Amino acid sequence: MIKLVSTCNIFKLYKGVDMSKKMNKKITRRSMLKSTTALAGAALGSGLITGFPAIHASGTPTIRYLGTAVNMGSEPEKKLFEDTGIKVKYISKTTDEVVKTILTQPNSFDIVDSEYFSMPKLVPSGSLLGMDTNRIKEWSNVVTAFTEGKVNGKTIGDQGTAPKKVLYLKGPNSTEFSKEPTRYATLIPTVYNADTLGIRPDLIKRPINTWAELLNPEFKGKACILNIPSIGIMDAAMVVEAMGEYTYPDKGNMTKAEIDLTMKIFTEAKKAGQFRAFWSDFNESVNLMASGEVVIQSMWSPAITAVRSQGIPCIYQPLKEGYRAWAAGFALPSTAKGRQADICYEYINWFLSGWMGAYLNRQGYYSAVLSTAEKNMKAYEWDYWMNGKPAAQDILSPTGKKLASKGEIRDGGSYNDRMGAVACWNATMDENKYMVRKWNEMIAS
Amino acid sequence: MKINKHFLLALPFYLIFIFFFIIPLILTIIVSFWDYTEYSIIPDFIFDNYKYIFNKCFKFSTDLCVTFKTYLSTFYFCFMAWFFTLIIGFTVAYFLVFHVRSVGMQIVLFLICTIPFWTSNVIRMISWIPLLGRNGLFNSFLISTGVIDEPQEWFLYSHFSVILAFVHLYTLFMIVPIFNSLIRIDKSLIEAAYDSGANGFQILTNIIIPLCKPGIIIGSIFVITVVMGDFLTIGIMGGQQIASIGKIIQVEMSYLQLPSAAANAVILLIITLLLIWTMTKFIDIRKEL
Repeated sequence: MIKLVSTCNIFKLYKGVDMSKKMNKKITRRSMLKSTTALAGAALGSGLITGFPAIHASGTPTIRYLGTAVNMGSEPEKKLFEDTGIKVKYISKTTDEVVKTILTQPNSFDIVDSEYFSMPKLVPSGSLLGMDTNRIKEWSNVVTAFTEGKVNGKTIGDQGTAPKKVLYLKGPNSTEFSKEPTRYATLIPTVYNADTLGIRPDLIKRPINTWAELLNPEFKGKACILNIPSIGIMDAAMVVEAMGEYTYPDKGNMTKAEIDLTMKIFTEAKKAGQFRAFWSDFNESVNLMASGEVVIQSMWSPAITAVRSQGIPCIYQPLKEGYRAWAAGFALPSTAKGRQADICYEYINWFLSGWMGAYLNRQGYYSAVLSTAEKNMKAYEWDYWMNGKPAAQDILSPTGKKLASKGEIRDGGSYNDRMGAVACWNATMDENKYMVRKWNEMIAS
Repeated sequence: MKINKHFLLALPFYLIFIFFFIIPLILTIIVSFWDYTEYSIIPDFIFDNYKYIFNKCFKFSTDLCVTFKTYLSTFYFCFMAWFFTLIIGFTVAYFLVFHVRSVGMQIVLFLICTIPFWTSNVIRMISWIPLLGRNGLFNSFLISTGVIDEPQEWFLYSHFSVILAFVHLYTLFMIVPIFNSLIRIDKSLIEAAYDSGANGFQILTNIIIPLCKPGIIIGSIFVITVVMGDFLTIGIMGGQQIASIGKIIQVEMSYLQLPSAAANAVILLIITLLLIWTMTKFIDIRKEL
């Protein structure tokens, strides 16, 4: 079996694994040499000559941060540098591309922000390091949605790849999940949310309360679903179940027959002209909605914000069947060690220490550690975003754009109402290969 | 001795082709016979990837299989894009060569043709969307002038919009080689034909078109190969509802199903080569160049 590691796979191909081990040794020896030279240089440099080595030795800590654009912004970058002196370089990719990069180029980043549903793919490959929870200051304050699958003491839906199923590893370098809590986590949770359908209330002009409306012929040619198979299939399953066509034992892990059934219903709808388009890029969903090409579609929370900030009404509609949730967290590549790993842990601790949590909450996401985020938000903001209360004054985004006027209530209400109504999580199915093929067939039909 | 010298001169070219074309191609073919899991590819010699591509394709009782359907739709786009780029490209090149008298003016106009290429492909495509959309400029204009009562849905995210974008994007690929062929036609041939009493249409069909065949074929090869492998234009302008082989390969690659993607790529390559081979039957490009 060959792991898709770009730099080493040719060696593994022809010479077996030994060769690549030798390679690693060589590199280590060389880097040892380098650092010794650097030290010597620094010793010299402290005298008369101020050359490169000195700068290297006391260089600004920099981390290369691979992820989707969710947590990447110039504000956090600035704040991070002020607080800790760490510089961050963003490498922004789509959800699927992040997974691909972890597997094929594990040396191209220092820290990765990945989703829990990718874990069944990534953990067996051994490309990520088990995260030591003892080094995370706020670990005991991580919300129970991650650790126990509960919100406000109530157990929430766990169909699909719920974080609690893939949170713990058996050891620091383990490639197996642990059902019991251990010291080592797959990902240190950062951000999560509950997704649903977005609608244009001004064009629909009536209440919407079920996922089944996505295939309602009333919206023929004006509906849309996302063209990312692993997420689209979950939305499709929510619709099929809401229509009363079928009740899945586990939407997040369908059998071949269940995939066939789901795709058949959507293929028929597509042939009948139900969909205006499919989107695969966040911005496409914004444009489709803002231009009125589409009035109901699967959508992500920041896309709703983007439509609204253009002054166009758009609702993130709570539906009676519940939400499809997702969650992301930090991991280090299995090659991480030493100072660079320390810097990454410091960064994660900063991330969970409150400022960033408030930044995420103000965009409509949720922070994994709410207690520290609360301290960094104004009481009226906390009431609007977390408690489902009417805004006591205008609600602004982190960049200062107005998101809601005084008196408005957040779509879906409070944290407990929204996260408490989660029905399923983004998932990697056992039959993933088959599902992707069937999805391609639907697009071709 | 002489042969050796020529060989040395051609060596850099050989090397570039071997490293950047032959070796990757061979690797692609090898990988297309491998097995794979979610996160790894496994050396093997299996035909599963190919079998899947032609799954149910030869049972003619049922509907066409996905692969055949996708290729049919790709052929359709190829033909339409080729047809319109050829008509427009030939007309523009003809105008530049035979109706613009001064060389300076020819160069200026030729450069103007290339201006759209200063912006990216994607931007040129996306800029059609506000024009063609349900509430776009064309629909608003047609409604306000009373030509239509309701917004036309087929302007955007349809076969029409895909072909429009292809023609917009690739007409220059036709103009350049045809222009190049036309400008090398000896003007005295045309004068001779005119003096012998041929009319404009006869000159066009008997002299100009036969002499610019190489340009037409080269332009056609450009357009057809680009459209065969396209997934971006079909994706954006077709609202991702129209399948293309390129899109299938892209989805498979993003899910790390590399062997399957490689098999699709090999089939696509074979079909594209067959198309080009057929075209070169009409003309010996080497001889004409």
